[in-house]
Amino acid sequence: MRFDLILRVTAKLLLPFILLFALYVQFHGDFGPGGGFQAGVIAAAMIILYAIIFGLSAAKRVVPQGLVETLVPMGVLIFAGVGIATLFLGGNYLDYSALNHDDPAHGQHLGILLVEIGVFVTVSSTMTVIFYAFVGRGR
Amino acid sequence: MQLLEQIVAHYNHWITIFLMVSGLYIVIARGNMVKKLVGLSLFQTSVYLLYISPGKILGGTAPILDDKFTVYSNPLPHVLILTAIVVGVATLALGLALVIRINEAFGTIEEDELFGEQEEN
Amino acid sequence: MISAHYPALQVVIPLLGAVLCALVRRGSIAWLVALTVSWIMPVIAAAMLWQVLADGPISYALGGWEPPWGIEYRVDALSGFLLLLVSGVGAVIMPYARTSVASEIHASRQAWFYTMYLLCLAGLLGMAITGDAFNVFVFMEISSLATYTLIALGKDRRALLAAYQYLIVGTIGATFYVIGVGLLYSVTGSLNFVDIAGKLDAIENTRPLLSALAFLTVGISLKLALFPLHVWLPNAYAYAPSAATSFLAATATKVAVYLLLRFFFTVFGAGFVFETLPVSNILLVLSIAAMFGASIVAIFQDDIKRMLAYSSVAQIGYITLGIALANQSGLTGGIVHIFNHAMMKAALFLVLGAVFYRIGSVHIDSLAGIGRRMPVTMASFVIAGLSIIGAPGTAGFISKWYLAVGALEKGWWWLVFLIVLSSLLAVVYIGRVIEIAWFRTPSEACEGVQEPPPMMLVPIWIFTAATIYFGFFTDLSAGIAGKAAETLLGGLK
Repeated sequence: MRFDLILRVTAKLLLPFILLFALYVQFHGDFGPGGGFQAGVIAAAMIILYAIIFGLSAAKRVVPQGLVETLVPMGVLIFAGVGIATLFLGGNYLDYSALNHDDPAHGQHLGILLVEIGVFVTVSSTMTVIFYAFVGRGR
Repeated sequence: MQLLEQIVAHYNHWITIFLMVSGLYIVIARGNMVKKLVGLSLFQTSVYLLYISPGKILGGTAPILDDKFTVYSNPLPHVLILTAIVVGVATLALGLALVIRINEAFGTIEEDELFGEQEEN
Repeated sequence: MISAHYPALQVVIPLLGAVLCALVRRGSIAWLVALTVSWIMPVIAAAMLWQVLADGPISYALGGWEPPWGIEYRVDALSGFLLLLVSGVGAVIMPYARTSVASEIHASRQAWFYTMYLLCLAGLLGMAITGDAFNVFVFMEISSLATYTLIALGKDRRALLAAYQYLIVGTIGATFYVIGVGLLYSVTGSLNFVDIAGKLDAIENTRPLLSALAFLTVGISLKLALFPLHVWLPNAYAYAPSAATSFLAATATKVAVYLLLRFFFTVFGAGFVFETLPVSNILLVLSIAAMFGASIVAIFQDDIKRMLAYSSVAQIGYITLGIALANQSGLTGGIVHIFNHAMMKAALFLVLGAVFYRIGSVHIDSLAGIGRRMPVTMASFVIAGLSIIGAPGTAGFISKWYLAVGALEKGWWWLVFLIVLSSLLAVVYIGRVIEIAWFRTPSEACEGVQEPPPMMLVPIWIFTAATIYFGFFTDLSAGIAGKAAETLLGGLK
């Protein structure tokens, strides 16, 4: 791997802001355009950028492959778990209003937030896993 | 003249049809497996346009309820297509993964060579 | 009351099971998870079907959003029947899968097999249960993507090519389906099947509607392998792991048939599809072409798995023939053949899986004399084979009987003749295998071969027993199919 000073420095400067933007898109999804899908892809882009500049092994030290592979089903588990929780709280599947019987609007808010976190986890880790799988091939 | 106006007025559909047909053509006519997947993606993309473009209502605002506005664009197609895009990404990733495995197993991704080889077996 | 949430659980439990399988990553534990999940499914499906037959359709508003705005899960006689079929087949194959998968798939990938199996199950059940046209697409792609992976897990490297071919064709089919739904949505503004159906009367025969019907029919026909669109199927079935082949042959195409029925009868209405448009004639010609063309090709196959795959294409011809007849008996025959064909094809493919497990090949030459080494297994092949032919006393006879009655009601004597004639072709390809397996001297490959373990034999014989049972007692199969046909044809009267 060639040592490119400019690329490395710029990348290091950019990385935190990419993550910040991902989190902004994630949590601002309630009020404006955004949500788990978009945020997940942006967060994955950060990891991929890091891997491109600093090498695959460095990226795997920061974000281990095993961890990412566990996170893919974990996100789905969060999503489906919220649905199961609403079942036990007396609502239909994924009926967020059931999460807070006193204030259904708040329940809706909470439900969307949790589900979007599940989406974020799955999408970002899936993107990373796809990248790892393709890049790690044929060396 | 009226026909021409109709064609121009529905330009979004013409773009959709063009993308759709060219995508399908690539899938059918190309023997290279990666190129086929490119065509497939193009074909799927045309559908995104088919859904999204009628969802926009001219003069309508974003669908957030407000006293000042009465005309809103339809948000549902966007949500549907977000799902379709995710499906498209998954399909493309799986397709490319298969192509890589095929390349490892057979040493080529050209359909002519692959099926020529099969007949010899 | 948990029973009120059965429709959601029917899809969510296999989905959660798949996630758990992906998390544990150990073949044996994943199998236990998959076994538990797949055994819960038919119980839920049976409970729902019972409820539907007693009190009429169940409607479940997902997320508490009432239809037509939200996604509705809707179970009526037809979808309940399909749910029970798919989940039942999934449950019976599961014990068999353990041994078969352990011998055909590398240990590190076995957990993925069960993950994909459950994802495919979830997708197929979702397609059958949902009342929302776009939701069907999502579930269709879940099951399809899982299917491509299942096929690619096959031992032979050609499995990769088969999976790739199926991916291309399947995606085109699914995309055609979405185009059709998109056109429907742009003219009706709704995605709920029942709601769309209510809005179509006003705009019958308009151009977007006709093109929507065309796109949907072609898209779904690709998925169900209607005759000229079947090219993906033989390779896919021939190279997939044995357990996956049985499961897919018994369920995947059947759910696509269900979807076609749903659109023809519930959404567009039988009157529009069959009386205003010549869909019936087209379907009739293609079905007959399938019955003969695919059967003839099957006769010349040396790979028995591939032979049965072509036979599947032919059998799908009988199902679509029932749809094309579009009268009470014909449609009952079509729907009951969905069920009966699932039983016998699952049995046949499981037998081949057991043979493959013992001798490592399903080529016709290596099968010589295997009937004397594995008599219990091959006896099942004979019975299920007779059912494919349509011999009286087997389930296959019941479906063909209804089809023939349906043809007679229309006064089409020649069609009855064609049904019998195509059955003779089945006699040739099934008889050829039986002759070689039972009446030849055992080949070297069969030396010292024994019966497969009971974990494989029991599922084989459950399906075989089912083909005999439903050949005599038809209340559960033809009875429910008749009810479903009645509901579907309601629009025609």
